[in-house]
Amino acid sequence: MKTHDLIEMLTTNLEPVDHRQVMRTVGMAVMAGTAVALGVMLLLFGVRADLNATSAVIFLLLKLAFTMALIIPASIYLLRLARPGGERKVPMTFVAAPFIAIVLLAAISLAFAPTSHWDSMIVGDRWLECLLSIPVIAIVPFAVIIWALRRMAPTDLVRAGALGGLVAGAVSAAGYALHCSDDSLPFVALWYGGTIAICTAAGALLGPRLLRW
Amino acid sequence: MSAIEAELKNLMVGGLAGDAAAHRTLLDRLSGRLRAYYKSRLARIGRSAAEAEDLVQEALLAVHIQRHTNDPDEPLTPWVHAIARYKLIDHLRATKASLAELPIEAAGEILAQDDHAGAESAYDLRRLMKRLPEKMRRAIECVKLEGLSVAEAAEECDMSKSAVKINVHRGLRALAAVIAREKKK
Repeated sequence: MKTHDLIEMLTTNLEPVDHRQVMRTVGMAVMAGTAVALGVMLLLFGVRADLNATSAVIFLLLKLAFTMALIIPASIYLLRLARPGGERKVPMTFVAAPFIAIVLLAAISLAFAPTSHWDSMIVGDRWLECLLSIPVIAIVPFAVIIWALRRMAPTDLVRAGALGGLVAGAVSAAGYALHCSDDSLPFVALWYGGTIAICTAAGALLGPRLLRW
Repeated sequence: MSAIEAELKNLMVGGLAGDAAAHRTLLDRLSGRLRAYYKSRLARIGRSAAEAEDLVQEALLAVHIQRHTNDPDEPLTPWVHAIARYKLIDHLRATKASLAELPIEAAGEILAQDDHAGAESAYDLRRLMKRLPEKMRRAIECVKLEGLSVAEAAEECDMSKSAVKINVHRGLRALAAVIAREKKK
């Protein structure tokens, strides 16, 4: 095929293109993923029953603050990564900051607690439920985000996949927070932070396979 | 350099709005730059320059298909460079070449040189088209090759106008995927 003929073919009957598609498609995917994660959580587990207690409300807000601190910057970076060359404008340290903050807070709270409480603070009552629920419920948001990214042209597939996994994991964790009654900082750091990190790693591994164009 | 950037950026904005002449000029200008870029990269790592035209066409197809990812508020050069380099790395990986010798480069290198040797790739469009699903193939044949309007093509293919547009769009994406698969063999 002659290059001239290819250009001729591509420009014949050219249709105008909406450059806001990236924003719309990726933004909608993140929102739809959030809605699904919340819906599944509410259906399967329901909201925690003890929300009349102040400490429960404070911990719920803290868990939501941690996940939102991940979801918001990661979604903005995801919009950049969806475009060719967008990886130049994605400082990963910003995404790491909430993880570092929660680990520091957890360390401080452990330092002020008697050693005999450490076990229950770290392991909590339902660590297994948390460990399984967050990644499993992240699958649907992850699929929706990958579907959106496949309509775009990321050129750093590992990072795009990783951030997709991170957003999916964080959205799922935000939903789980509504139900979870394990209220300690080390628990949130380990089981929320850890499961979101697992989702991020899974996204990084799957990215090059799923996002190639 | 910035003069080329401004000129190409203008053409891209026109093309996004549906100006076919601007889009044609853009792809034509880019083909010269891409050809020079790929020839020099391939030569540097000891690969045949004959592969260059395949890459030029893949990159042009990608620029066209992915033009919705071009941010009008950002310069065009880094966007084109990212696509060109992505396709180069993908090509070398698919053909099992070492990426170790591929130098890190500035985005501006994509526009540094121009090469207008009229050229032909190894791809046979008609043969590749046969691998597309029927509806997509028909839509592309009517609208893109025979030059029928979308309304005429809708009549001809017994589809709605929006179905014709969608099939053209999906068909071009599928064509790029067929080319990518071809290479892996």
